[in-house]
Amino acid sequence: MSATGIGASVRRTEDQRFITGKGHYTDDITRPGQAYAYFLRSPHAHATIKKLDTRKATKMPGVVAVLTGDDLAADKVGDLICGWMITSKDGTPMKAGPHPALARGKVRHVGDQVAVVIANTLNQAKDAAGAIEVEYGVLAAVADPAKAQDPRAPQIHDAAPRNTIYEWAIGDAAAVGEAFKSAKHVSRLNITNNRLIPNAMEPRAANAEYDSGTDSLTLWVTSQNPHVHRLVMSAFLGLAPEHKFRVIAPDVGGGFGSKIFIYPEETVCVWAARKVRRPVKWTSDRSEAFVTDAHGRDHVTHAEMALDDKGKILALRVKTIANLGAYMSTFSSSVPTYLYATLLSGQYNIPAIYCEVDAVYTNTVPVDAYRGAGRPEACFVIERLVEIAAREMHMNPVDLRRKNFITQFPHQTPVIMAYDTGNYAASLDKALKLADQKGFAQRKQEAARRGKLAGLGFSTYIEACGIAPSAAVGSLGAGVGLWESAEVRVNPTGSVEVLTGSHSHGQGHETTFAQLVSGRLGIPIEQVTIVHGDTDKVQFGMGTYGSRSGPVGMTAILHATDKVIAKAKQVAAHVLEAGEGDIEFKDGRFVVAGTDKSAAFGEIALQAYVAHKFPTAQIEPGLKETSFYDPTNFTFPSGCHICEVEIDPETGKTDIVRWTAVDDFGTVINPMIVEGQVHGGIAQGVGQAMLEGCAYDDDGQLVTGSYMDYCMPRADDLPSYIVDTTVTKCPSNPLGIKGCGEAGAIASPSALINAITDAIGSEDVAMPATAPVVWRAIQKSQQQHRRAAE
Amino acid sequence: MYAFAYHRPASLKLAAAALAKQKDAKALAGGHSLIPTMKLRLSDARNIVDLGAIKGIDGIALKGKNLEIGAMTRHVAVAGSPVVRKAIPALAELASLIGDPHVRHRGTLGGSIAHNDPSADYPAACLALGATIITTSRKIPAEKFFQGLFETALGKSEIITAVSFPIPKRAGYAKFPNPASRFALVGVFVADFGKDVRVAVTGAGESGVFRAKEIEAELKKDFSADALANIRFGPKGIMSDIHGDAAYRGHLIGVMARRAVAAAG
Repeated sequence: MSATGIGASVRRTEDQRFITGKGHYTDDITRPGQAYAYFLRSPHAHATIKKLDTRKATKMPGVVAVLTGDDLAADKVGDLICGWMITSKDGTPMKAGPHPALARGKVRHVGDQVAVVIANTLNQAKDAAGAIEVEYGVLAAVADPAKAQDPRAPQIHDAAPRNTIYEWAIGDAAAVGEAFKSAKHVSRLNITNNRLIPNAMEPRAANAEYDSGTDSLTLWVTSQNPHVHRLVMSAFLGLAPEHKFRVIAPDVGGGFGSKIFIYPEETVCVWAARKVRRPVKWTSDRSEAFVTDAHGRDHVTHAEMALDDKGKILALRVKTIANLGAYMSTFSSSVPTYLYATLLSGQYNIPAIYCEVDAVYTNTVPVDAYRGAGRPEACFVIERLVEIAAREMHMNPVDLRRKNFITQFPHQTPVIMAYDTGNYAASLDKALKLADQKGFAQRKQEAARRGKLAGLGFSTYIEACGIAPSAAVGSLGAGVGLWESAEVRVNPTGSVEVLTGSHSHGQGHETTFAQLVSGRLGIPIEQVTIVHGDTDKVQFGMGTYGSRSGPVGMTAILHATDKVIAKAKQVAAHVLEAGEGDIEFKDGRFVVAGTDKSAAFGEIALQAYVAHKFPTAQIEPGLKETSFYDPTNFTFPSGCHICEVEIDPETGKTDIVRWTAVDDFGTVINPMIVEGQVHGGIAQGVGQAMLEGCAYDDDGQLVTGSYMDYCMPRADDLPSYIVDTTVTKCPSNPLGIKGCGEAGAIASPSALINAITDAIGSEDVAMPATAPVVWRAIQKSQQQHRRAAE
Repeated sequence: MYAFAYHRPASLKLAAAALAKQKDAKALAGGHSLIPTMKLRLSDARNIVDLGAIKGIDGIALKGKNLEIGAMTRHVAVAGSPVVRKAIPALAELASLIGDPHVRHRGTLGGSIAHNDPSADYPAACLALGATIITTSRKIPAEKFFQGLFETALGKSEIITAVSFPIPKRAGYAKFPNPASRFALVGVFVADFGKDVRVAVTGAGESGVFRAKEIEAELKKDFSADALANIRFGPKGIMSDIHGDAAYRGHLIGVMARRAVAAAG
């Protein structure tokens, strides 16, 4: 391993500019003549718009235009789309209502866009928005997914009776039914997988500019996938043809999924920029982000696990209601189906699984992918169930897991996925050792002496990453392919620019991708620049989400790099006056085998461009290669997280005293960056499990609309983690990478809740397990014990 | 934010005049409550009177049997003051628990109590210690100063200049923070003056900070955590919200009171 190659903890190249304030985020972009957009948003969760009068607002100082849904319709701007078709059990396609970028006659959640004001300054736009006259016909609202399908519930979209978008199922219901009949033990679980608000550090923003000279548009936008933005806005919204439309996602400060989607705000900016002939900028403020960024999770689930008398799992049956909010966001339909139920087998050999998912509309902010996207929900179901089953059957939860682990690969689960490789016992064993499980009994006693209840919780998780083989996702309803592209451009002086369709919004691609290329080419890492996030530079790309940039994006880069080496070998053969078959490339030099004749990579690059020494009829000048790589399978990162807590029974407050994570990510490119990904993922999982309680009231008002009420995890909520890895290389890509971006958020909620329930001896703990929730569970269980004793 | 005029008077007299004369005027001390509400357009203060240039209204000094702290003294100064640490250590401890480092470096004693957030920490100390609020026109006992949620006895152009805290034999403060805002979900300040014991509760009262007479009665008999084993408040009069219902907060009052007594030593 070289000092900067694969496996080295190279410091992040991009951090220098980020921590010295030299980053360029969308809000840093200022264009000449720029105007500002401000959206008038609905204060009601559900209402008809009886009157919308913009005349007074139009006359306010500094106002350029006040635009509404009628203007959008008049200009034939298409509605926003959901790009993944889900088919219900009965064969009918999902029932999607319209999703206009500005409301047409009705608002469906608090924060829904009613109108937009474009003005010279933001304050002028805000003032004018206050002068728009709106008369609402307030309707009853429904926010709770469990109530949405009630025939008496208010109807949100005409297209979706009983607010039901689809009723989907996967697996073999009959086989599961048979298995339950023969089961010696059945464990049951009722859970709410709580709704989360993403809260990337950088709020969303857009700045759109129209060039009348070339009749072309440029959009700067906080996007995880600028090409997908351009494609959807071009093909479905009709804002501009792709070749006249440049989308740039510059530095982006965190996404976690929430910046994958094509939102109303950037749509309006692009449309309005052409309309008013001025650049139009919008930057979300934090309050706006709470009611417009797509939220995450929000499942209500009943699950049952059938086991034999020895603790062998026979079958799993799951029924989930998934809340998709007021509109179907870009990939929302896929999250509670193919990204969720296909992972319900966990690390276990489960002969039969059946899962039904009803997706419902409610009067809430749309829900879509958020770090882990479906897989944390699946992991929570299975990892809570195995823990509960072990407790109910008086078995050690570690033993029950081990008894059911998949040990033969490849393994076909009953829910589509074919696991390629893994060693679940290895990560479990390592984690048990690092967590000092043997010493826990003693620590528990010691905690009891201090009046604290100690608990230990496990999560042996699996996820599917590296999304995904294009034909496979196409057969499941995806509207796009999920390959990735790369272009490696070698300059005459031997420095290299790597253009990637992946997009870094915190992941550190500028470092890790350069590690791969510099290592492969044997050149210093400083001679490699990673270019991403601009449709005028990168030809096409599918972007970054689903932990795909390593396994998919880097494989494309690897292939392009190897093509560069192959081409350079042809050049080198002529330069070194040897046969091409005799040229070896090693440590950055082309060597004629068995001789001391050689040339450095940079020398051959120069020769490729000056083209003096080879026949250009056979070998074209220049040194630049591209690759489009389509993966052949998902990848399956797995691992074991062990959480140890101490609970103050007087207040119900949980302190996480120890967190051990042993992950199998396959090949690790940069251990420091991977560790950072694990840290952040666990923090988000702890946030979900213990702190982040997004709440709507019965009128559909968001009660947790600011940091005063919505609790994000902070450093003092978290311990210093013990992080380690085991490695089984992924067989489906040449680097053996599995992906690491989401694992922490997937594994951690169940580990924490398993630890809390272990400590207090009650399973009755909902997420987020805040102090009052835990205190009440303790009270209830004490009362039950007292009653039992009496 | 709405547009506003900014005034930075150099004296209390000029400040009071500005507050009296200007329309929709608000005094700015630390600004950590006022400025966020302005940014959200929840406050329409059109004239901001910054007290930052006025000399002589910050600082910490012993005056007779009292500890006097200037209104513009920052939380961080109170938390780190050897004088406070010696005279009323619980008060320094309380100041160290307010908000986060940004808030503690900008927020002031006067600003906090003038705002009288029902979950703020300082009102509990003022009430439990029987402090006197000194203003540009009078001296107001804490008892009369705090008048419910975000309400105080302050007149329109009246400015707090200092707070005078009687020094107790011992005192303690225990706070259970709201995990999101880090304001007190329940905070209890106990002060033992020998003859008298005073206890104030913040974060839990439907009408803001209040004296807990039931706890005082028990502690007067026996100043020990054990004496409060059966103390429980609510649900009547106790605040209920998504962070904790009245039953939980009522229970926490007992827990925090016991911990405050234990902290008082």
